[in-house]
Amino acid sequence: MDRPRTDWTGIAFATALTLLIVFPLLVVATWAFTNVWRYPSVIPQEFGLRYWHAVLGRADVWTSITTSLTLATVVTLISAAICLPAAYAFARLEFPGRNILFFSFLAGHAFPKFGLLVAIAGIFLNLGLIGTFWGVVLIQLVGTLLFMIWIPVAAFQSVDRRMEESARDVGASPLRVFWSITLPQAGPTIAAALLLSFVGTFYETEGAWLIGAPQVRTLPVLMISFINNQPVIQFGAVLSVLLWVPSFIALLFARRVIGSGSFARGFGG
Amino acid sequence: MAVLDIRDVSKTFGSVHAVQRFNLTVADGELVCLLGPSGSGKSTLLRMIGGFETASGGQITIDGEHVTRIPPEKRPTGMVFQSHALWTHMNVFRNLAFGLKLRRLPRDEIRRRVEAVLDQVGLAGYGQRMTHQLSGGQQQRVALARSLVLEPKILLLDEPFASLDQHLRERLREEVRDLQQRLGITTLFVTHGQDEALALADRIVVMRDGRTEQIDPPDMVYRAPATPFVAGFIGSMNLIDGAVQNGAFHHAGFTLAVPVADGPAILAVRPEALDIVQASAAGAAHVHRVTDFGAHAIVDIELGDGVRLKSQVPDARLWKAGMAIDLQPRAFAVYRDDVAIHRADRA
Ligand SMILES: Nc1ncnc2c1ncn2[C@@H]1O[C@H](COP(=O)(O)OP(=O)(O)O)[C@@H](O)[C@H]1O
Ligand SMILES: [Mg+2]
Repeated sequence: MDRPRTDWTGIAFATALTLLIVFPLLVVATWAFTNVWRYPSVIPQEFGLRYWHAVLGRADVWTSITTSLTLATVVTLISAAICLPAAYAFARLEFPGRNILFFSFLAGHAFPKFGLLVAIAGIFLNLGLIGTFWGVVLIQLVGTLLFMIWIPVAAFQSVDRRMEESARDVGASPLRVFWSITLPQAGPTIAAALLLSFVGTFYETEGAWLIGAPQVRTLPVLMISFINNQPVIQFGAVLSVLLWVPSFIALLFARRVIGSGSFARGFGG
Repeated sequence: MAVLDIRDVSKTFGSVHAVQRFNLTVADGELVCLLGPSGSGKSTLLRMIGGFETASGGQITIDGEHVTRIPPEKRPTGMVFQSHALWTHMNVFRNLAFGLKLRRLPRDEIRRRVEAVLDQVGLAGYGQRMTHQLSGGQQQRVALARSLVLEPKILLLDEPFASLDQHLRERLREEVRDLQQRLGITTLFVTHGQDEALALADRIVVMRDGRTEQIDPPDMVYRAPATPFVAGFIGSMNLIDGAVQNGAFHHAGFTLAVPVADGPAILAVRPEALDIVQASAAGAAHVHRVTDFGAHAIVDIELGDGVRLKSQVPDARLWKAGMAIDLQPRAFAVYRDDVAIHRADRA
């Protein structure tokens, strides 16, 4: 058998990507564990956890961590409760105005986001939602609609209709069919959408800042204010390392879902 | 006891008349095959009985009970689809147990019934397999078992073996027939393969464009096809378009005495009922090709105007391409306006 030819383009590509992504991350990580690093030294003069103590010792950091986690969880759950049935309706049912409604979900994302946010902020101001947790929840919900509808619609559409009919045939109500057949069949893809929703909400800053600040501060919003107000780089570095945690957890989870093979099966493989 | 009664049932999709005023009564324990070309409305009819399509008109009753407007989950029917439609996220056991669980049966009764039915379809011990670990034939057996385990009054099968190879199809066909007779379950079986229908059915319904062409036992459908369409669809058949004049059927130099009134007619003769003899003079036709199958041979015949017929002969060696021959049909039928107006069988 021939040895596969060395794919130089692929290697160059991978290297470039690694440098572009990993190098900045490495620099930030190094900063986070640095006590003293003065120009022009290439490596820090003193490593240490001094700034970790400083950051984790602050009450506002812990508040924002709790806020961010609660926010991401609540938004994902509400979004799932609203979007999954809607996505199922779009995928399976015929009703008047179906296409217009589906398009309107997507249309919100065709315009510059900040303009939309400002408009929404105006409405929220009248409703007294500015600076409240639920105001931020609402604005984040709007942000999740796109992929929480689009991705599950595709997932539901790829579920074999005969499978659903077989379930009706053995005595399952339409609701039961959705719960026991359609949802598990579309499961891995929907899990990916939930993950996107959680991580997306966790990292979103514009809406969170515009609606929430200064009373409700998520971790990324806090990080931005740290970087703006603190001349010390390490504060920002420590916070951004903290911010990677959900990403890593999400990646691990995604790997499990994809690696289990149920991902491929979910696509009818 | 389960009798299925279909009265004047129609189904239209927009401007398409998929099924038109269909009537059929299936007796208790009977197996009826719906046979027809693709698009003749077989699946639509079956899906209306199972509850997956709503009839545009007419009534369906099972044991005298109206089911026309009842959703599928409340009907005493069990359906097996062509694509097995097993739930790939469940193992075989859970596929079979799902319907029983919905009926809130006790755990050990569910286990007992699932194992019994797995045994019946020859898959004892396969409960823990995932569906993708089964062969096509095994998957279709599981699909059948999934319906049977609920003991439906009416079993509906929509071309269940169409995606399997010939050999497997024949074996499963026999298994289904055995099982159906053992359980005495009233069954409707959709197929577009005449062999399948002839091998399985107590009665065959030949369908065309959403209508019934003939409802009869297999031997009747084969021996006395009601219309030229059925004649051409079941088995191999020579159909000759011609005209009757003064008591004789004519087509391009070929004539045959038939006691019917003058007018256009279609003559239908099976290859095994079409004898040929060497012509003394010019002859009505000539041999085009001889194909030897060992036990018998098929002679392709060409009439004066190029129309081809087939004749089944016992000995290939008697016939050579180009030979002038005369035709002597032993058994035949004459059709006019889609009905048989004369049948002859000189055995
Ligand atoms: N859901 C549907 N929408 C529109 N037309 C349909 C639908 N289902 C079936 N038909 C049409 O009805 C006719 C009968 O189809 P079908 O019952 O599937 O035939 P068969 O099973 O005999 O091949 C066909 O012309 C088909 O195109
Ligand atoms: Mg069909």
